[in-house]
Amino acid sequence: MATQQTRALGRIAVAPSVIALFLWMIVPLAMTIWFSLLRYNLLDPNPACSPLTPWALTDPANRCLAGASNYYYFLTDPAFFRAIGNSLQLVGWVLAISVIGGILLALLLDQAIFGRNIVRLMIIAPFFVMPTVSALVWKNMMMHPVSGFLAWLFQLFGLQPIDWFAHAPMTAIVIMVAWQWLPFATLILLTALQSLDEEQKEAAEMDGAPPLSYFWHLVLPHLARPITVVILIETIFLLNVFAEIYVTGSGGRAGNMPFLVYQYGLISNDIGGASAGGIIAVILANIVAFFLMRMIGKNLEA
Amino acid sequence: MARAVSTRRRMFFTAFAWAIAFVIFFPILWTILTSFKTEGDAIELPPKFLFFQWTLENYGIVQERSNYLLFAFNSVVLALGSTIFALLIAIPSAWAMAFAPGKRTKDLLMWMLSTKMMPPVGALIPIYLIFRDFHLLDTRGGIIAVLMLLNLPIIIWMLYTYFKEIPGEILEAARMDGASIGKELLYVLTPMAIPGIASTILLNVILAWNEAFWTLSLTTKDAAPLTQFIASYSSPEGLFWAKLSAASTMAIAPILVLGWFAQKQLVRGLTFGAVK
Repeated sequence: MATQQTRALGRIAVAPSVIALFLWMIVPLAMTIWFSLLRYNLLDPNPACSPLTPWALTDPANRCLAGASNYYYFLTDPAFFRAIGNSLQLVGWVLAISVIGGILLALLLDQAIFGRNIVRLMIIAPFFVMPTVSALVWKNMMMHPVSGFLAWLFQLFGLQPIDWFAHAPMTAIVIMVAWQWLPFATLILLTALQSLDEEQKEAAEMDGAPPLSYFWHLVLPHLARPITVVILIETIFLLNVFAEIYVTGSGGRAGNMPFLVYQYGLISNDIGGASAGGIIAVILANIVAFFLMRMIGKNLEA
Repeated sequence: MARAVSTRRRMFFTAFAWAIAFVIFFPILWTILTSFKTEGDAIELPPKFLFFQWTLENYGIVQERSNYLLFAFNSVVLALGSTIFALLIAIPSAWAMAFAPGKRTKDLLMWMLSTKMMPPVGALIPIYLIFRDFHLLDTRGGIIAVLMLLNLPIIIWMLYTYFKEIPGEILEAARMDGASIGKELLYVLTPMAIPGIASTILLNVILAWNEAFWTLSLTTKDAAPLTQFIASYSSPEGLFWAKLSAASTMAIAPILVLGWFAQKQLVRGLTFGAVK
């Protein structure tokens, strides 16, 4: 049992982290909410807004209250619907590829194969590649419509090479992001698979259980929780994909929510609009986070 | 007991697995190969796999043209700096939560994790403006602070799960012998926790090294790490594939090596202990 004294000390020891994280979470969020209610453009020192608002008279930067109009403009901007659609497409496709592919790859790597460690190293490698590197390598060396490796492969099979970023920017982004997250899913699921009781595996084999029913009744239930973990964690990261879109310059057609907010704020200097977009992104992420926290919470009990 | 597996089946799975691994690894392999080519060979089709004029000149040119070493130095400083500062406040916190848990410890941990779910775009605008007003844009100190806060929840969480596995009785015994809390932390807990702390450092160096949203938004030149260095190659002027490949190889090589060592910890850290 911890004594009174250690309890008190514990509270002091926890304080710095709690204060730091609290400030990190609350201060920017509060400011973003505040900005989202202002007409506030860095390039426009005299926004057209009612001089009757007290804010306009006192603030040297001539920001003024805009009420909900930033939200109105952001939510009715056609770019918003495109961004939401792109965000969902990106998350959906990459999840599908990485979870289904990850299960298959994990099952394959769980077999008795020669050089399993080297194979695993090769498969996990893309996860460690810096996003900006992956973006440029894919855009140029792999997907370039004339000199790219894929163009050569297509020609080899008598197909017309695809100009990925001109005709299918979303597909291109999905491919390069999935390339990074499939290894992650594989690694997690393989780790989980290897913790499946060896005796259970043997018993199933001796019973002569057909592979499909073995997979369905033994493996899949065992993988249920790791799969949920993979889905939830990947969703958090995939909602925030930014570098791949920014570096390949495909934000115009394949831009997602983070890119749109970046564009509003740091390119168009519309602080109010960008903040409204940021708050909308936070709300959407919180819906996802709600489920994730509940699951990890349950896990903590176990 | 190993299961008896027929050789033919084993050969089949082996060939299949190697083929898939090769396809997945190919873009990295191709980048490394291209970095040793001349620019002419780099864009030539059909592609030259091994029989080309091997050269090291790209690496020299990349260093000369864009000062690779400065960016690499920044990457190292940012990754290590943010991890060390985070550890300084995370170790006492994780210690307290693991060995002197209160009623609210679990809620506290969950709340810390929840800060990780905040999408960075929600904080981008204020952080950018604060940095601008306090002249922190493009400074190493500013980025270190951001990366530290970004990874603090994961660091605390990982340390907590490792500390939990250390039997509390050993600490009790030390206390009975009259060790002060400071001594208990330094001489008893720390040596036992070293493997856990090392894994935590490893994972966080990897995460900080590859962090691209904040480093791309808040740095331009002086404090810019390798993420920004590579992004500078996206301009048409920089479209020389052999040099891009050399730069990319240098940017990913250190972390690829670290990452291969850190696989197990990665699983544990990124799933918050849900999969071990």
